[in-house]
This record gives sequence, C-alpha cells and structure tokens, in this order.
Amino acid sequence: MASEFTSTAFYTKLKEEKKLIGVKCQDCGHLSPEPRPMCPECHGFNMEWHQFSGKAKLSTFTCISIVPVAMAAKGYGRDKPYCTGIVTLEEGPRISAMINGVDGTKPQGIETGMALVLDPDNLDEDAPSLAFKRA
Amino acid sequence: MATNFKKRQLGRPVSVVGAGLSKFGAFPGKDSRDLFVEAFQDMVESMDRGFDIHDIECAYVGNYSSDLFEHQGHTAPIVADWLGITPIPVTRIENACASSGSALREGVMAIASGMYDVVLVGGMEKMTNLATDGVTDVLASAADGLYEVPAGLTFPGIFGAIAKAHMDRYETNLDHLLKVAIKNHANGALNPKAQFQQTMTTMMERRMTRAQERGQEVPDYKTEMDFLNDERANPWIAWPLRLYDCAPITDGASCVLLVSDEIAHNFTDTPISIAGIGQATGKPLHDSDELTSLSAAKSASQQAYDMAGITVANVDLAEVHDCFTIAEIVATEDLGFFAPGEGPRAVDEGRTALNGDHPINTSGGLKAKGHPVGASGVGQVIEIYHQLRGEAGERQVKKDNPTVGITHNVGGTGGTCVVNVLRRES
Repeated sequence: MASEFTSTAFYTKLKEEKKLIGVKCQDCGHLSPEPRPMCPECHGFNMEWHQFSGKAKLSTFTCISIVPVAMAAKGYGRDKPYCTGIVTLEEGPRISAMINGVDGTKPQGIETGMALVLDPDNLDEDAPSLAFKRA
Repeated sequence: MATNFKKRQLGRPVSVVGAGLSKFGAFPGKDSRDLFVEAFQDMVESMDRGFDIHDIECAYVGNYSSDLFEHQGHTAPIVADWLGITPIPVTRIENACASSGSALREGVMAIASGMYDVVLVGGMEKMTNLATDGVTDVLASAADGLYEVPAGLTFPGIFGAIAKAHMDRYETNLDHLLKVAIKNHANGALNPKAQFQQTMTTMMERRMTRAQERGQEVPDYKTEMDFLNDERANPWIAWPLRLYDCAPITDGASCVLLVSDEIAHNFTDTPISIAGIGQATGKPLHDSDELTSLSAAKSASQQAYDMAGITVANVDLAEVHDCFTIAEIVATEDLGFFAPGEGPRAVDEGRTALNGDHPINTSGGLKAKGHPVGASGVGQVIEIYHQLRGEAGERQVKKDNPTVGITHNVGGTGGTCVVNVLRRES
C-alpha cells in the first residue's frame, strides 16, 4: 500500500498551507518534522499528519560566505553571507533551517537560544527551503 | 536508540603488507585512474619483498563521486583495466569521505571470510576539475539533499554549526581551531606527499613576499596568529570556520595490500595487523543526540577497540578525519582521548602534536596532507602503517616503539564513520 507520507510532501505542504507539517507515529507518539512513511523509533507504519506550531529556538548556526550555486543565484556570496542553522521546535524535534532577518555579516550579533517563528513567506517556487525568523 | 553491538571477531587475522600513496595536490591532466596507478606504483616499489601482481585476487576501491567530478561512473572496472588485473572482481565502495575506509573494511572481511588471501584496497578522487562552488555542491550532496541542503547548509556550514555549538557549550574559541591548523601544517611540512608541505609560518611569509613582489602593502604579521586573523588572508567560509580551518580540494589516490596473516611473512618481516575494525552510521546533525559529537564515531571506535581487545589508553597515535579543524577536536573527544569539551585545551597544551602524549595526524591530516575524499580513509591507514614500522622519517612520532595506531574516517557529517585499530605484532 503506497503511503501518502513522503519526504517531499513536506515542501508541498509548506508551500500550499504555509505551515510546518510533519508526521506523528500513531503507535509510539514519535514526532518527526520530516514526513516519513515509517517510524524510526518503533518501526511501525501507522503515521498521521501533524502540524507543528512553528515556534522554535535557535540551537546552533553558521553564516555561509562560500555559497552553493543555488544560493549564489539568490544573490548570496562573500559580500552577503546568509545565516542557516539548526532549530529546536517547540514540540521537541530539531530541524535544519534558514534563519531570515539576521545580519550574516555580524554573526556575533546572532544569539543561540533566541526565539524564532516559521517564516513561510517568499518561498522559492522551484526550490523552497524551510526558514525561520526572529519571533 | 540502542547500540547493542556485540563483540565481533574476524574469521581469521588480516595484515597490511604494502602501502602506496600518490602525491596529493592539484594535477591538471591526471584522471583519477592515473592517480590510482601512481599510488599502486608507489606500493609496488616500496614492498619489502616485492610481489606478483597476479597474486591479487580481489579489490575494493573507494571513490566518492567521480560521477560528478569527472562525469565517470562505474570506476571499478576502469581501475581494473588500468592495472591490467581484469577479470578479477573489483568493487567500488561509496560512503562519501569514508569511501576508502569502508573499502578497506570490505577487503578485510573478504579475507577474514576465507574466500581470498590477497586483496588490494584503495581509494581515489579527482576533485580539481571543478571550481570551488562546484566542489561545494558535490560535497553537499553527501548531506541530506531534502532537509539539509535546501536549508542552505554546506559541508563547511554543518561543521561550522558544530563548531558554534562546541563554543557555546565549552570554552572552545576560534584560536583553538586555528591551532589545530598550525599543528597539522607543521606535520604536513614533513610529509613529502602532502599537498601543503609548508608550515603556517612558511605560508605567512609567502604571502608577505608575494605582496612585496607585487608592490602591494606588505602585511605586518608578527605571528602565525596575526596571519590567520587577517580576514584578507584567511577569509570566512562558514563562520566560525575560515579558509585555514578547511581541508583543501585535492586530487589523489591511495592503496594498501591486505593478506591473510598466515602468508604475511612472504611479503615482509614487519606486517601491520588489522587488529580491530568498526563502522557505524549516524543521522543528520539536526537529528543527532548531540550537536557537539558524532555518535557514529563513538560507536565505530567502541567496536574497533572491543575487537582489538584494547582501550584508548593503549593507542599510541591516531589519524583522524580533520576535514575541518573542529572535526579534529570533536574526533579526539569521540575517540576517548579527551573528555567532551577537553579537546581544545589538549590542543593548547600541545598534547596532540608530534611530540605530545597523543600525537594526532602526524601525516598533516586532511588539512595539510590534502583530502581527495575517496582516498582519505586508506591514506590514514598508510600513515599509521609507516609510523608503526618506524619509517615515517622526519615526522616519526617521538614515542619509543609505537605499537598501536588508529584511524578515524568520517563520511559526510557523521553519516558514516569507520575506525580501524592497527597493531605491530611483536
């Protein structure tokens, strides 16, 4: 039986619903922001959609100056580094995300632990990325 | 998550009896296959009693991405053809930067199984065909392409995030990172195969000389730290990591000859035994238990120590996967040389230097020796092989009679880790 919980559905839902929608295991309650057809904890196959609140804290970050080709196309580079990192969602799981609205040239001014909210606006139609901004 | 690996043993002992490394660097005009042949020639010419190429029964080649670097997939039969060893089975192993670490493991198990007596294992990567942004993209494809890369994370970026977490949690600072680079360049300066056969002081002086030659303002560096803190000389790559925190882009290849112990003395009086092997997998950093440690490294090292019947206290030296300076610090903690958070102080105190109590990366590491990703795992084994045989020349560890060395080879950002224990049997 084909599962509707596919890894790429994450971006489809992010674009369409402007919400961070992952999955919850109906058997053990494990939460995963990435939609998965199988629970990595109890190995069951009974997943359901789960909407995360979109509230998070910044766990760690980096400001990238040597950028991949796709980010260079968006205007980032040595003179305009961007901030990306790992956020801990209010519900517990962590996920990698862009951090918008901070100055990538001044990493000392970016504080881990700061409160963030999902920033679902301005998603790239072809290559959407999960992003958060200061709450 | 349980990591209930039971203690495992090889079906029979396996030894390294020959080792060859190509020169590491940027070699326009050399394909990965040419580099592999160069490594093989180095091995053939350095074997104590020579050997007959027809003795090789099987081979494993680590190769991360000739597909993207050279537009060449299916590289195993090409290597077989270039060595003239068809039709013996040759298999390519891909586990990102741990490709040849995993290839070695497959070779060990092929002999331990009893199926073969003589197996060639190695690795190769031809990276410099692409510009830096292209290489960044290829390396990023070893991370999670759906959940890390779209978030803008690059390879240096993920290790930058680990460094920031380490700085937040412990007393780690930017100078600690740079001191790892200085130490590894000091070792690399003594390694004729290294891409950067230069101390950091030499690199600093070269920059000053070049400025003078060009009639530019000569930077006023008093110390290596002045040079490394100059943003023009050492620009940010992924804060808090700078250029000299990163291993370079490298072309190179490596190979070793593995044989069953019972025939090892046909090849040399000083075989080096593979006393323990361990390999483990890990999750993307955001799903890892800790942001300051690679769980796969802890698991792989425990497996290898258990198989060899040792603890870290028995280890004389180590080659660890310093794709970034922070990665070396984290590795020395994950492997148990130092408690979590104590790695930076150990660097400060010179404990990981050539004459320290825990010499780390005597070869210069990936940082100075170079990091042709698919070749690096076996490259590490080659350094330990030479050190344990007392033939590492100027960079021979100062300890008397080193007998146990380990290698720590990481694929991606900890998705794979391979640890080997090598031992000179008395």
